[in-house]
Amino acid sequence: MNTQTILQARDLDLFYGENQALKAINMEIPQRRITALIGPSGCGKSTFLRTINRMNDLIPGVSVRGQLTYRGEDIYSPEIDVTWLRKKIGMVFQKANPFPMSIYDNIAYGPRIHGVRKKAELDRIVEESLRGAALWDEVKDRLKKSALGLSGGQQQRMCIARALAVQPDVLLMDESTSALDPGSTMRIEELMSQLKERYTVVIVTHNMQQAVRVSDHCAFFLLGELVEYGPTQQLFSQPKDKRTEDYITGRFG
Amino acid sequence: MKQPVASPVPTQERDCRKLSPRRRAYEVTMRSLLYLCAGITCALLLSLIGYILYRGLPELSWEFLTSQESILKKTDGILPAIQNTLYVIIVTLIFILPLGVGSAIYLTEYASNRKLVSAIEFATETLSGIPSILYALVGMLVFCQFLGLSKTLIAGAFTLVIMTLPTIIRTTQESLKTVPASYREGALGLGAGKWHMIRTIVLPSSIDGIVTGCILAIGRIVGESAVLMFTAGMSTAMQDFLGKGGLLKSSGATLTVALYVYAKERAKYDLAFSVAVVLLVITFGINLCAKVMGKRMKGKKGGEKK
Repeated sequence: MNTQTILQARDLDLFYGENQALKAINMEIPQRRITALIGPSGCGKSTFLRTINRMNDLIPGVSVRGQLTYRGEDIYSPEIDVTWLRKKIGMVFQKANPFPMSIYDNIAYGPRIHGVRKKAELDRIVEESLRGAALWDEVKDRLKKSALGLSGGQQQRMCIARALAVQPDVLLMDESTSALDPGSTMRIEELMSQLKERYTVVIVTHNMQQAVRVSDHCAFFLLGELVEYGPTQQLFSQPKDKRTEDYITGRFG
Repeated sequence: MKQPVASPVPTQERDCRKLSPRRRAYEVTMRSLLYLCAGITCALLLSLIGYILYRGLPELSWEFLTSQESILKKTDGILPAIQNTLYVIIVTLIFILPLGVGSAIYLTEYASNRKLVSAIEFATETLSGIPSILYALVGMLVFCQFLGLSKTLIAGAFTLVIMTLPTIIRTTQESLKTVPASYREGALGLGAGKWHMIRTIVLPSSIDGIVTGCILAIGRIVGESAVLMFTAGMSTAMQDFLGKGGLLKSSGATLTVALYVYAKERAKYDLAFSVAVVLLVITFGINLCAKVMGKRMKGKKGGEKK
């Protein structure tokens, strides 16, 4: 790969109790590209995504073996500050999850955690983040209104804006368009392509067309294994592995 | 029969006609028995309330609510009892809110040993069903005697804290559990620390449930008599809250205890009934509050589902 690697997994195993969900994953995710993780349900792609910013820590009984580094730093080292890690590696979830407060407070939530207190500074961040998520023009007159009043697509873009507001380095998106209508999905896909100019984006998707449309690299997971990983065009046009071929041609999954 | 069915009652009647006479008689008997049960219950309740109002209302006046008992002036008044009740409610809430909400937060958010948590939950449930006279006994021995508070309102309030703690813990826990996991994930995903997430997201979303718990607790406090008779004293005289000893040494009867004193020791039944009317109104108000709160909570949840 000709660009710089930002995230690197080496022999990464993950267990839910006795159950092994990830098996010896080796993967290098390049900077400022969109990497898509695809595979059938339960294949470990979401699990892998959630190991990157340690969201799996919340589930009792999870243990991780092997190594996962972000810019050379071991994510699972005891010295790492999870708050710092999650600031650097933001996440957008499958279902839009606006907090029950105003749009402004939603966006300002992250910066406030990380110590931004000045009104002018917060105003600037809110505007910038909403512009970054292509939502500013739609909501600029109702920033003080509850975020729960937004439409599904707007809510999800607001969640992207909220993630951008802490100025992350990497953005993880866990099937972030699966609950949206085609129009909203298209807007968010466009947004992803803009985002990769400044951020590294890793997405999980069930939608193979989406992976083809937006991603530069694509990883195919099956039963906790990374079966194939490479440039998206190559993976979809000349898959090296029989299982990848079966999956992308729709023989299972 | 050709008409569209307007209500379920005609349908049933139609069905009854098709039944054999014996089954029809059975049907009718059962239904009248059930109506009778409901009727008796309603009649009992209404006549109880009616009787209380009938006996209590004539004596009830603004003066009665705002003055104290005086043998020389020949006046009767329950201001001291109202003050004592308010005092007990406030002191109990001051202690119970941080304690109860704090332990509920610990149990739902922090505790990692699920077995221990379910044991504690079982214990709190059991405790909330224990007869209050047991709390009274313990309160009398521990707070009044062992800790040397003697019979004071503060000792009564402490005993009530222990008695209502399970209620607050349970209701708070339930409302904490209804906060969607996605809120927590969202906050943690932005780098929030656990306490920060709880303070800014979880508590504000469950505040209605906590308030409902408080209202229920206030209801129990207002209705409690055994505990306070044992621990807080039965004087119906005005307490000097600001004077010597002040808040710590005051001792006296709350409304329910005053009712007992009037009825059982002084045989002033009309006064007792007036106190009963005041209690009835307060209880009604508290339940109304709890209902409104509960409705607001439900309404909000419906809005969130969208």
